[in-house]
Amino acid sequence: MESHDVVVVGGGPAGLAVATRLRQRGITDVVVLEREAEAGGVPRHCGHWGFGWESHRRLMSGPDYAARLRADAAGIDIRTRTAVLSLEAENTLRIQNADGVSKLKARQIVLATGARESSRAARLIGGVRNACIMNTGTLQQLVYLKHAKPFHRPVILGGEWVSFSALMTCHHAGIRPVAMIVEEPKIDAPWFFPLGARLRYGVPVHTATRLVSILGAGTVVAVEIESQGQRRKIICDGVIVSGKFVSEDTLLKGATSPTPTLAGNMQSPLKTAGRCVAEARRIADAVAEGLS
Amino acid sequence: MTSRFDIAVIGGGVVGLAILRRFAMAGLKCLLLEKGADILSGASKGNSALLHTGFDCDPKSLEAQCVKAGYSEYLEIHGKLNLPVLETSGMVVAWTEEEQAKTPGILAKAHANGILDARLLSQAELRQREPNLAPTALGAVLVPGENVMDPWSAPLAYACQALAHGAVITRKADVNAAERKLDAWRLTTASGTFEAALVINAAGLFGDHVEALVRPAPFTIKPRKGQFVVFDKPASKLVKSIILPVPTKRTKGVVLFPSIFGNLVIGPTAEETQERQNGSCDTATLEKLKSRAIEMAPGLAGVGINAIYAGLRPATEHQDYVIEALADRNWITVAGIRSTGLTGSLGIAQHVEALYAKHFGKLPRKKPAPQWTPVPNLAEHLPRPYQKGGDIICHCEWVTRREIAKALSGPLPAGDLSGLKRRTRAMMGRCQGFNCGAEVRTMFDEAQHGKP
Repeated sequence: MESHDVVVVGGGPAGLAVATRLRQRGITDVVVLEREAEAGGVPRHCGHWGFGWESHRRLMSGPDYAARLRADAAGIDIRTRTAVLSLEAENTLRIQNADGVSKLKARQIVLATGARESSRAARLIGGVRNACIMNTGTLQQLVYLKHAKPFHRPVILGGEWVSFSALMTCHHAGIRPVAMIVEEPKIDAPWFFPLGARLRYGVPVHTATRLVSILGAGTVVAVEIESQGQRRKIICDGVIVSGKFVSEDTLLKGATSPTPTLAGNMQSPLKTAGRCVAEARRIADAVAEGLS
Repeated sequence: MTSRFDIAVIGGGVVGLAILRRFAMAGLKCLLLEKGADILSGASKGNSALLHTGFDCDPKSLEAQCVKAGYSEYLEIHGKLNLPVLETSGMVVAWTEEEQAKTPGILAKAHANGILDARLLSQAELRQREPNLAPTALGAVLVPGENVMDPWSAPLAYACQALAHGAVITRKADVNAAERKLDAWRLTTASGTFEAALVINAAGLFGDHVEALVRPAPFTIKPRKGQFVVFDKPASKLVKSIILPVPTKRTKGVVLFPSIFGNLVIGPTAEETQERQNGSCDTATLEKLKSRAIEMAPGLAGVGINAIYAGLRPATEHQDYVIEALADRNWITVAGIRSTGLTGSLGIAQHVEALYAKHFGKLPRKKPAPQWTPVPNLAEHLPRPYQKGGDIICHCEWVTRREIAKALSGPLPAGDLSGLKRRTRAMMGRCQGFNCGAEVRTMFDEAQHGKP
């Protein structure tokens, strides 16, 4: 069976940074497995600025940052379109690619599978199901990678950094959100974000407001919201369900010992890409020491 | 455009498709008119996907007869159509003394329905089979033949087989007028005008509306909504059987059951509703369902929720199916197929064929040789295409690009995104399209409109 010192699962910012750092530390037998066609992770489809400060002391757009991380990792064995199906006993990975299913062994496995926004279903939000209800991640791929415009006047659910990222994505695509709905009494982003939302994009931010139900049939026509016991409707044609990140921990949950090393948002969700990279370097140091 | 058919089936749900298949295989020239953008757009899009023995039906009912006949025919043909069966067995579990007292009656009814292998399970036996159920489970009626099937691939296979036998399926064909000519019905739809000697109303949730085209409907569709909560795949390790409740007079109650796709599902509720399409969920009910599931199997507390959905069952004021031939009108009514239609459909088709032979004669003497049209397997416990390689697009459900492309082509390509999801599982997993949604949508749009 093919075997390596380190196999990194996930070629996003954390995974690439782990591999890059390991090489700096002299560990060269490293393979990165990436299920998408290209490494780089989520920043690839965050078309707006705001990336890179924490790791490279430079502000870049998401795609530029992803490209920079790939450049840093140039020469490393990155296998794209390679999915890890499960982690099995004795540090063995069951993987899938164009040729079928096979196995790979590693002295050390690093899981850097990232995080995802929790879905509308996982939040048990009532109402109709519809193709115009989606996470920010899906919207960003549609807008920045596919140049599509799935709706014109959506509401944004959530008040985290990513919710404002959704706002910028909408702006880029000429989509005009009608409102941001934040269940919590306060937003979980810098204080000036909602101010900017209102002044720059004309989007009101409703805090302490619950999304009760999504109304419509074949299309979304409105959402029903509740604030201070009062219910009202907002006319809209889509819902962006943002934030409430959860780790992509399916592999970990099914894994048998020994436990893999965790990096990036997989380890604890809701970090910026730059923070993931900075942390991943320290994690790589620990892995390197463990191996020697 | 006017085309002349022997039979026009109105409604592309599982019942209409099974009927279409039956008559097409008998050698008749058949047409199916479906109102939605794809087949299975109504009641058939959201159900419990159980392959049901009929153990709890009224033994004298038409429903019992059709479910039993449908069950045997499914077992006979599923291999040839590459349709899966997940052998789970079912258990009617008693959670209270009062329910426990009802179990002998349930067993007697199962026996009366010819389900002779049904038997009582003691608390110890129950625990041995399902150790993760809450200790409050007192005992059960075991029904070994209750199994799980693929709710969408089965009707899709029936449709494909009908097509292979020359049937025509027209979607986006809401029938808005039916005119009786000398020897044929002339049906006006949003997608053209069609002529057929005989019309079969299998319009499900709109059955009474379609019936009104021929006569004042002797039944009213009273849609009953069922909401469901789908747990992530690790849940399927916790419960292996279909856990049925002791039923009440009104409903079979909320069931905890494995899905063929490797999930564990709880539902359905039974709510009277005015909705006839796109049944909506509500948070309070979903939360109740989730809590009930955790009450039944406490280990579920640590498992994520993958999906929520609501199905609408076309119930009527009648307890039994309403299946009737109007001999002087060249019309067959198939209505009120409320919750057993998935299993019952093949049996219903047999029954309708018999009605046809009795009242309208002329089934061709020589049946054409049957064409078998196996469908791609989506069942988790059987081999899936990704195992042979390919580019996985949906990583939660391990769906390859090739499978999606295939579902977008062929004789019955997915008519909308929901239809594509039903045909492939793409976007149906724990991330609900967070990762693959953009790619899948783009593939669908490109197939619809050609490459940009």
